[in-house]
Amino acid sequence: MNKIHKRAKIADKTATIILYITASFFILLLVVLTGYILFQGFRAVTPQLLGFSGDGIGIQLFNTIYLVLISLIISVPIGICAGIYMAEYSRPGRITNILRSSIETLSSLPSIVVGLFAFLILVEATHMQYNLLAGAGAVSILSIPLITRVTEDAIRGVPDSYREGSYGIGATKWQTIVKILIPSALPRIITGIILAAGRGFGEAAALIYTSGMSSDIDFSNWNPASITSPLNIFRPCDTLAVHIWALKAEGIASNSQQIADLSAAVLVILVFLFNLGSRFLGRFITKKNSI
Amino acid sequence: MKDNSIKIYTENLNLFYGDCQALKNINIEIQENKATALIGPSGCGKSTFIKTLNRMNDLVPNVTITGDVYFDKLNVYKEYDIVELRKKIGMVFQKPNPFPMSNYDNVAYGPRIHGVKSKQKLDEIVEKSLRSAALWDEVKDRLKKNALGLSGGQQQRLCIARVLAVEPEVVLMDEPTSALDPLSTQKIEDLVDELKNKYTIIIVTHNMQQAARISDKAAFFLLGEIVEYDSTEKLFSVPTDKRTEDYITGRFG
Repeated sequence: MNKIHKRAKIADKTATIILYITASFFILLLVVLTGYILFQGFRAVTPQLLGFSGDGIGIQLFNTIYLVLISLIISVPIGICAGIYMAEYSRPGRITNILRSSIETLSSLPSIVVGLFAFLILVEATHMQYNLLAGAGAVSILSIPLITRVTEDAIRGVPDSYREGSYGIGATKWQTIVKILIPSALPRIITGIILAAGRGFGEAAALIYTSGMSSDIDFSNWNPASITSPLNIFRPCDTLAVHIWALKAEGIASNSQQIADLSAAVLVILVFLFNLGSRFLGRFITKKNSI
Repeated sequence: MKDNSIKIYTENLNLFYGDCQALKNINIEIQENKATALIGPSGCGKSTFIKTLNRMNDLVPNVTITGDVYFDKLNVYKEYDIVELRKKIGMVFQKPNPFPMSNYDNVAYGPRIHGVKSKQKLDEIVEKSLRSAALWDEVKDRLKKNALGLSGGQQQRLCIARVLAVEPEVVLMDEPTSALDPLSTQKIEDLVDELKNKYTIIIVTHNMQQAARISDKAAFFLLGEIVEYDSTEKLFSVPTDKRTEDYITGRFG
């Protein structure tokens, strides 16, 4: 008995140590990587480089945020509806299985494949130039399965006792979904949206042939119908990630490496701020709902 | 024709989970404004039975039901809209299941989904329901606080208030005190005693003392059948069936 006890204790200690080491390793990795990217990026930054003219990356920063926003406007409603369907409406059976494996396959498609597909459908077939909407569409194809999956899991994760309580006093399925299930699942759904947005921020391959590698916009022109307006969704639009790729691959200016590094650093900060922001938003909504 | 004091009755009610028969030929008459206790060992079909009354079994896949349930002389499975039915037959569950929202919103949930919008009306309903559930004094200063912060017993009374807020005629209780401490149990029992003046109560319980204390009539379930159904007093003092006697004297179960 004593011996077994001792062995169990040693195993317990060992496991604790190993898990702590693993966690520390990842934290270290994160700190080193982020530190390196930020250091490299801001080493020789000038206000000019952060601006909206010449070789400044302000345009790409704006494009990134705008493209992710548009792609979320497309993918969040579709993804959430599909997730709710999968969790609450689909009946176990062949069709549901086919649906589920389609969603899984879709989520593991290489982004260059999605990009080329979107190029054929959204650019070639529509006889348009590279445009922001096509890029947002390509990113949506990548993020819809993600949001669907997370929403389904989140809704399924709501305890059945909540459903019983709601149905038990005569609520309909839709009322239960809207008033009980979605609010309860919201924190997890928001996590899914953050992940999906992360894909948009970091996506390059799917955008090269859809939203293109350049933009020509004029920040004094806010008429959405004009092709040089920042708000126009039918204009070419290069995001930070695409910009990094373009500069690293074929940049010819003397400081193109420096601009690419700066873009990377700005992108990291952008993603970080977005994550913080959406968590605060999530907490705010949850709180507001519970009063 | 059934007499008017019969609120709910069943005719040859059978229920199957897949191939497994969980209820066998249940014929029972539940009287209005009385507390009816359903007792019996675990897995004997008590909970399954009360869930047929407000059609909660509709949520369970693979359930087949034959026979009929009548509520106010109308067929529950054929002549009722499910929303209307569940509004009239409320249910309190084994584990307190308040929604993760404020105490106020929990109680106001039912009236709101049934279309009450006026703030003043909602306030009235919430206060009245919480008073009926003997919880008002404990929560009146924290109506806006999250219900998950209440104790288990308070949560269960909140769930009762939530049911009362839609003005049901029947309240089904599925072992409402099995997850509670003795003091909270006492409060719920007092409450049931109070509520049966206005509502028809059907309560499933494992606790025979509880059944004896609070119910007017009692039914003994065994293996999906009703072995004996009589006034509580008679069932506990002079049971006619040997199996009932064995169970209530603690020989099995």
